[in-house]
Amino acid sequence: MLILNCPNCGINCDETELAPGCEAHLKRHGPGSSEDEFRDYLFAKENPRGVHFERWRHANGCGKWFHAARDTVTLEVFGTYSAQTFEPPQEIRDVIARKRPGWAWREMR
Amino acid sequence: MSHRLESGGRLIDRSQPRGFTFNGKSMRGVKGDTLASALFASGQVLVGRSFKYHRPRGIVASGAEEPNALVGLGKDRTFEPNARVTTTELFDGLTAESQNHWPSLEFDIGEINAKLSRFLPAGFYYKMFMWPRAFWKHLYEPIIRMSAGLGRPPRHRDADHYEHFNITTDVVVIGGGIAGLTAAKAAGDAGAEVLLLEQTAHWGGRAPVDGVEIDGQQAEGWVEETLKSLEAMPNVTLRTRTMGAGVYDHGYMLASERITDHAPDASVPRHRLWRIRARQIITATGAIERTLSFAGNDLPGVMLASAVRDYVVNFGVVPGEKTVVVTNNDDGYRTAISLKSAGLNVPVILDARDEAIGELPEKALEMGIRITPGRGIAKVVGKGRVQAVHICNQSGDGAAIEEVEADCVAMSGGWSPVVHLWSHCGGKLIWSEENAHFRPDPERAPTGADGQAFVLTAGAASGELTSDGVLADAHKAGQSAARNAGYEAKTGNAPTSPDENPKPMQAVWNMPANAPYELRSKSWLDYQNDVKVTDVELAAREGFESVEHAKRYTTLGMATDQGKLSNINGLAVLSQALGAEIPKTGTTTFRPPYTPITMGSIAGEARGELFQPIQRTPIQDWHEANGANFEPVGHWRRPYAFPQNGETIDDAVTREINATRNSVGLLDASTLGKLVVKGPDAGRFLDMLYTNMMSTLKVGKCRYGLMCNENGFLSDDGVVARIDDDTWLCHTTTGGADRIHGHMEEWLQTEWWDWKVFVANVTEQYTQIGVVGPKAREVLEKLGGTLDLSREALPFMAFADGAIGSIPARAFRISFSGELSFEIAVPASQGRAFWDALLEAGAEFGITPYGTEALHVMRAEKGFIMIGDETDGTVIPQDLGLNWAISKKKDDYLGKRAQERSHMTDPLRWKLVGLETLDGSVLPDGAYAAEAGVNENGQRRTEGRVTSTYYSPTLDRGIAMGLVVRGPDRMGEELEFAKIDGSVVKAKIVDPVVFDPDGEKQNV
Repeated sequence: MLILNCPNCGINCDETELAPGCEAHLKRHGPGSSEDEFRDYLFAKENPRGVHFERWRHANGCGKWFHAARDTVTLEVFGTYSAQTFEPPQEIRDVIARKRPGWAWREMR
Repeated sequence: MSHRLESGGRLIDRSQPRGFTFNGKSMRGVKGDTLASALFASGQVLVGRSFKYHRPRGIVASGAEEPNALVGLGKDRTFEPNARVTTTELFDGLTAESQNHWPSLEFDIGEINAKLSRFLPAGFYYKMFMWPRAFWKHLYEPIIRMSAGLGRPPRHRDADHYEHFNITTDVVVIGGGIAGLTAAKAAGDAGAEVLLLEQTAHWGGRAPVDGVEIDGQQAEGWVEETLKSLEAMPNVTLRTRTMGAGVYDHGYMLASERITDHAPDASVPRHRLWRIRARQIITATGAIERTLSFAGNDLPGVMLASAVRDYVVNFGVVPGEKTVVVTNNDDGYRTAISLKSAGLNVPVILDARDEAIGELPEKALEMGIRITPGRGIAKVVGKGRVQAVHICNQSGDGAAIEEVEADCVAMSGGWSPVVHLWSHCGGKLIWSEENAHFRPDPERAPTGADGQAFVLTAGAASGELTSDGVLADAHKAGQSAARNAGYEAKTGNAPTSPDENPKPMQAVWNMPANAPYELRSKSWLDYQNDVKVTDVELAAREGFESVEHAKRYTTLGMATDQGKLSNINGLAVLSQALGAEIPKTGTTTFRPPYTPITMGSIAGEARGELFQPIQRTPIQDWHEANGANFEPVGHWRRPYAFPQNGETIDDAVTREINATRNSVGLLDASTLGKLVVKGPDAGRFLDMLYTNMMSTLKVGKCRYGLMCNENGFLSDDGVVARIDDDTWLCHTTTGGADRIHGHMEEWLQTEWWDWKVFVANVTEQYTQIGVVGPKAREVLEKLGGTLDLSREALPFMAFADGAIGSIPARAFRISFSGELSFEIAVPASQGRAFWDALLEAGAEFGITPYGTEALHVMRAEKGFIMIGDETDGTVIPQDLGLNWAISKKKDDYLGKRAQERSHMTDPLRWKLVGLETLDGSVLPDGAYAAEAGVNENGQRRTEGRVTSTYYSPTLDRGIAMGLVVRGPDRMGEELEFAKIDGSVVKAKIVDPVVFDPDGEKQNV
């Protein structure tokens, strides 16, 4: 029963208010993409032990989507941030670098 | 024989008798008794039969760890199975019955299993009942079901009610012994908000029983004083009869409060489930004594040493007259001392250690109790209960040195901290060689959202086994928790207790150490699931080396007590058998709840009407008053049909269809989802969501649209209307409104967040009524108003705004039945008035409300698909012949790329066709068309299946649609569909549209 702060309405949400939305920062591959690109976009999701970036929706609340950076093992939350971005903001990456030196996630370091 | 002593019993009031029945027999206890102590007082030692061998079993423990003494409590609407007598407080009129015996507790046929026990080892069921396969269902399972199992489930609706309670707090302390009280006091003194929970009805835990001295006074007095000061603190909440059930992520925890179990009162909730968010959780859950593994250790009368003295000190009852104490540590001596002090006979203390030299052994010796170091029990003998103990050298192989008469054995195998709540959320354990137990490793605590530990342990739960150590540890835990929760801890000192100087215990996993098979096969580890030392050894031999596998193979620790007594002993035996160190073997996973909690408390208020909210249309009252037969669709309840004057539902459906096809019918379509999509980019957005082109739809026109997910599969359909230049109204399926709204929001917020579009769900703002049939226009025109409903002014697939009568209305010329049809949306507040007006105006035409089944039949006659019937999450629009609704001009839409994958363009995909039985019968729903041969799994090959099937009153025969391999290319071919009874029905592949294929009826 996680608690995540919804950056849209500012409240700390109990997990019962939230709907999970899988991996964050996916790049959509539509018509014209190769079979491999399309397969990876739909199915090859990250499932790491440790640092992860996820999409969540404050479904039983303001209804808005947001991103969360957290550790899937310790459940530590490094921060939540806007869904309208292509990558985690620098301040969250700084927090992760401080707490998990040498972290990596997809191409991110 | 067990009985009540002349005096003593700190928790009972002898002046207040309490009557109860056990297996129908009237018995008496007193106020303050548990059912366990009252049974002992009544001379009842035999309380149940074991799970597998139906061995006679008695009470072993005095608390939540009790494995044997489970009973059914109450009857009929208050019946509850598997209640532990040790935690059941006695009240006047309590009724209990023992479990798992047939025909009676004293004489049980299943006892034959015990004689056969060498043929019923671990994994017996897996090995034996494999073959022949048919025997399982008809022979093995019924017999096993009758003779196995614990309590039976209640057959009646629960008469009690339950509630949930939500709370946030700084610190929760679980356990109200001296550790919990000390921790709560330290945290409370620092100013933290504290919730202190105790699972029993009493504070202080074991300390008062064990005669502990704290800060210069007896524990009982200290507990009372500490409680008083806690009660006076406004920031401290105290709850007895409340068990900490589970610890979860980020400081969430559940506690279960038993409000009326000790004094039934139907006017208040029976149980209350506390849903708690805490900054810090302290588990002051104490420790549980371990059993010793000697032959016959499951005979009634063999008990935990601590439990024996609990019964003497707390309730003034004894399980027997002559108690042999067997121990591997100093604590067991406390029981001998308690018994002797109460004037009872303790023939001998068997100490498995080679020396008995500590303070407690000396005290026992002073009292004249015989002590024999280096000795153990070879076996306990007796029929149905303990009669004698065979004594042997602990280091030997069980040759009896001496036989001692006894009717009770008090055993102490050392103490294991209760680590369950620590472990629920990932707290790790370390092995203590000194105490031969696993204890929490404070370096690897469960961590919260901030990455910091949020669970601390206090006292015996930390592995502290002396009173002074417990108090110091608990004080520190209370201070740390307060500090971690943001309070400045006061510097005060921990309470103190005189040094006890216990001598080291000695791990004893087999008694005697070299016990032969014959003895080990009578040494029980898990009483409730009937698992013996030899079962675990067998599992190890057969390769179940992982502790989790051995657990499942033997069922060790899988009963309702979750192995509270058996866990460590089982692990130790497994480790021995594998020749591995105990810490290497590790523990099984501890899962919540700590002890079982009632289903009622989990459900709380969510039962009956409150289980799930029901969405109601403005016409719902009318439906209910007019005999509607309802079916659930999403959160709605839609009329399935309106049977009148005793007609069958089938007859009602036929009548509704005929009336609609021949004159006029009325449909409450308010449940259809209605989403307004608005903004400069709305057209572009809808072009991405639908397979069709929606941006080119003219204002005032409607278009049927299909929605797919990124995987290409059909997800929803409905009519889209363009309201004005930048506004579209999208209809969704009845169950789909919230889902599709969410789908749109997801893409708008997370992918195309720069597009200027708003989506609003206006489903419940409108009442939508289908006026359907050849007389539809006449009925509506009778009502007058400003709308021109003529064919010329309002052609098929157009809509217009205006008023019908005096009610503002939007009329859509759309049809899901093939008839002349208007769907009229009016403000929800005027929906019922409009419905009533239509009924009145249509009376002369015999206007007939129809339900969802008539709707389904009429759409199937027209070959219209239904999401959820023709689609199942693996069907693409191309499978359904809907290529006309897929825009060829668009570069992209959700699902387009997926539909280009080779599997999606495979010519062998199953495609939509109509199916016409040769005999006119109705095909069974979901039936498969069988093909010759078998697939690679040996299953019969299939080439199609039925997706929709009905009796059509219009054609007076069965009609159906289905998905068939290359279906549209095989018109006229015959397929064989298998029926459930094994027979086969033949059907011809036909066009799915079987009624008015040219649309002449709807286009008038």
